[in-house]
Order: sequence, then C-alpha cells, then structure tokens
Amino acid sequence: MKKVFKSFKYVYLALMLFFLYAPIIYLIVFSFNDFSTGRRISYANIGQWKGFTLHNYATLFSGEAGKSLLLTIEIAAISSIIATVIGTAAAIGINSMRKRTRNLVLNVSQLPMVNPDLVTGITFMMLFAFVNSVLIKLGLNQVSDIIKLLIAHISFSIPYVIFSVMPRLRQSSDLLYEAAMDLGCSPMQALMKAVIPDIMPGISSGFIMALTMSLDDFVVSYFVSDLKSVLSVYIYSSARGAKGVNPALATVIFVPLVALLLAVNFRRLAKEREYEIQNKKVKLKDKGGNLK
Amino acid sequence: MKRRVFAYPYIVWMIIFIAVPMLFIFYYAVNVNGTFTLTKFLATIRDGGKWSTLWLSVVMAFKTTVICLLLGYPIAYILSNMKKSVAGFISVLFFVPMWMNFVLRTYAWQAILEYFLPGLLHLKNGTLTGTEGAVLMVLVYNFLPFMVMPLYNTLSKLDKSLLEASRDLGAGSLQTFTRVVLPLSVPGIVSGITMVFIPAITAFTVPALIGNGKYNLYGNEIELAFKTLSGQGDYAVGSTLSIILLVCVLVSTIIMNRVDKDQQEGGKLW
Repeated sequence: MKKVFKSFKYVYLALMLFFLYAPIIYLIVFSFNDFSTGRRISYANIGQWKGFTLHNYATLFSGEAGKSLLLTIEIAAISSIIATVIGTAAAIGINSMRKRTRNLVLNVSQLPMVNPDLVTGITFMMLFAFVNSVLIKLGLNQVSDIIKLLIAHISFSIPYVIFSVMPRLRQSSDLLYEAAMDLGCSPMQALMKAVIPDIMPGISSGFIMALTMSLDDFVVSYFVSDLKSVLSVYIYSSARGAKGVNPALATVIFVPLVALLLAVNFRRLAKEREYEIQNKKVKLKDKGGNLK
Repeated sequence: MKRRVFAYPYIVWMIIFIAVPMLFIFYYAVNVNGTFTLTKFLATIRDGGKWSTLWLSVVMAFKTTVICLLLGYPIAYILSNMKKSVAGFISVLFFVPMWMNFVLRTYAWQAILEYFLPGLLHLKNGTLTGTEGAVLMVLVYNFLPFMVMPLYNTLSKLDKSLLEASRDLGAGSLQTFTRVVLPLSVPGIVSGITMVFIPAITAFTVPALIGNGKYNLYGNEIELAFKTLSGQGDYAVGSTLSIILLVCVLVSTIIMNRVDKDQQEGGKLW
C-alpha cells in the first residue's frame, strides 16, 4: 500500500512537470518544422508537420524579432544598472532615517510591487501622454519609446533592489560607516570602501531581480511603448496578427535559461556538500580536542 | 553630510514617476479634451456590461486560485517531504517556466489548442480556443508556479518534530495532516492566494490569445479602452475602469492582510 502511494507521488509530480513543460517542448519541436508555403513563410499554422529544417534558426533574428530582442537586452541592462545604483543609495539613506519616516518611505515603496502590472502600465502611459501633449504645445520633440521604456523599467525595478539590499544593511553594523570616517575617509569614500563591500551580496541579488523583472515584463512595456517594442510585446502583437511567431524563439530563450539555472543549482549543491564535509571535520577536531 | 541624503534621488524619482502618474488616473477619468466633465465617468459606472465582465473576471480568478491551490498543494507537500538535495533539484524544475517569457508560453498553448489537440482528437468544429475551459486551463498553467513557491517555502520550513509529536500522541496520518500540517501552512496558502488571485483578475494576455476575442475579461476591457487599433483610445472610460479595478484590488488586499494577521495573532495550531 505504501509503495503504491510512493510511486503515485512520483507519477503526480511527473504529470505536473509534463503540464508545465508541454507547451515549451511543443514549440521547440516545431522550431524544426518547415513553414514555407511556396516562397513565403508563415508561422500561423503551428501544428502541421511538413518536414525537418534548420531554416527557422537562420532567419530568427533577421527581421523585427532581432531588433526587439536587441532592444530587450539593451533596456534590461541599462535599466537594471540605473535601478541598482538608485535603489542601493536609497536603501542606505532609508536605513539611516528615523523609524517613522523610514516606515513611511518603505510602505510607499511597496506600492509599485502591490499594484497590478496593468495599473502601473496605464499610469505610465497617461503620464507620457500628458508630457507629450505639453511638449507638442511647446513645439519640442516627443519623448522617444526607448526613454519611456527605460523610465518605466527603472521605476518598477527600484523597489525590488531596495528590498533585497535592506535586510543586508540591517545585518551590517552602523559603526562601519562611522569608523571609516574616523579613519579619515570622506562620506563618499566611507560608503564606497566600507559600506558597499559589506552589503555586496544584497546589491547583486537586487541587480539580478531587477534584470529578471525587466526581461520578463510584458504588460508595462505594452502600455508604455508603441507597437515596435521589446520582445514580449513583439510576440504578443505577432501572435494576434496573421503571421505568427517563429517557434525557434522558444529554444533560444529556453536552452540558455535551463543551462544557467542548472549550473547555479549544481554549484549550490556542491557548496552544500563541501560545507557538510567541513562541518564533519570540525566536529571530529572538536572530539580530538576533548580527548587531549 | 547625513546619509539620509542618499535616499533623496529615489524619493524624487518615486514622486515624479509613481505618485504623480497615479493621480493621472483620476485626472483623465473626469477630463475629456481638457474640459472637466463627469458624463463619461458616470456612463461607464452605470454600464452594466462592464460590471458583468468584472464579475466574470472575479469568478474566473476565484476558479483559477482554487484549482491552483488543489493542484499545487500536493506538489509542495510531496517536495517538502523529499530528501533535501533531490527536492532542491526538482523544485528548480517547477520554477524554470516562470522565467520563460509567459507571452511565448501562452502563444504555445494557443497553437496547441488551435491546431494540435483538435487534430489529435478529430474535433469537428476545429478549434478549442475561445472557450471558457481553455482560458481557465491556461490561467492555471501560468499561475501554478506562483502558488507552489510560497507553499513549498512554508512546508519545507515546517518543524518535523511536530509531526512526530502528533504521531506519538496517537494521531493517524490523515489526522496529523488536517490538524497539524494544514493549519501550520496557512501563511503559505494566504500568500499563494494573493500571488494568484489579484494578478488573475487583471490578466488580459491569456484571454486575448486563448479566448480569441470571444471570451474577454476585465483586463481586456481596460486594454481595449486604451489601446484601440485606431490609435488614441478613450482615456476617460479606461481610467474609470481602472479606478474600479484599484478599489477591488485594495479591498482584496485588506481582506488578505486581515486573514494573515488573525493567523499570526491567534493560536498557531488551531
């Protein structure tokens, strides 16, 4: 009875994993499908196998898809760097505030995280519509899509940076900053040489958060920019249009992602094992010490 | 120089780009072409069709949350009882799809439901998209990892000696589960529900791609109000719809916080 239950557990997990991966595998399989009808290529009918080809990979980045992928990477890189700088500085500042002001600022900072994406996207769209209407009246150029995307991505990423740096700052001592100043550092030097290195793990995890938030975003980018935009907006508009999306995109996103996550995970496992072995050694040493 | 100063650029940024834009929702709700008017606002609020779509979205979000909880709880429970190293690896497998662009995954379901499954099942009317079941399934698909993650975090931190104590005191497996494990996992359940329910109300990508325009939810109403194909949308209608949505989100957040607090203050085991 128990054995039946145990194997049932694995069957259930396998079924759920199949459910989660089925669409990804489906796209990867069809990325090798021949989609050409005559001289034109249409990805609209992803369901009819017409023969093996690598052609989809060759043409993947030639058109609009390539441009939007490039824009996605550009926006993600720039916005996450700026968000990390502003967010880290903000966390250091907020941490030294009095309790009441600190709680107020932190509560307000949670707002963009709690707000649905849809509302965030709409508020940015209206802000830029308003700014553009003013700029037109003044006879100036309108705000370009790339600036709009950058501002929006930075804004929704900053809180994630703050909330990853904050716990690390709490652990770090306040005296560190004072000590550095006593030893002759200017405030800026004290920050760069004493405080920042101490909270580095928090900063880097905040940066990674900001990067993934930006790469993953669809809703905000969709409302902020026009049709030519980041990759997810490109996918959405071509999925709704007649031409469809090149399924090779799935492979190009999925394979590096899995490789990266597996590498990180294996490194963590190896570290844990090393830690265990070291712990054992320490214990053995302790026992030896007692014997003496 | 005080260290507080470092927070000032952020505070200025947030006022300009978070606080002020929020006010624009209210500004555009009662402002048409530069003149103050309540007509569009009131007309939208009195529009019964919008309210029934909102109700449909709440019901869909509720169904999505319940199904995610029923499917996700066993996953988290099984994972939390596995050996640490194995569980770590398998749980990563469950969370990988979260990092993969969700629009692309939804697009994959569109292809499967439109071409692959009907062909496989020899369906006569040719497509499975545009049905409530299809939209619900893809919503569950998109939100399942968000339910599993907090549940797994809570369950794997559960003190195993409590389970042994319950066994020692004569409870069977089922009793141990319903009277010890389940009550102790309520914080995970609550945060799982918040991570699924509110985003599910506002989801518009899934109904747009899977519903095929035949099955629109509240998010689609807002999307259509703002982003019409002709370019400039109707800001007054969209803003009013957004205000209603904000109120709904606020109410459900308050309810969730209340539940969470009760749990923390009340007896932990009961």
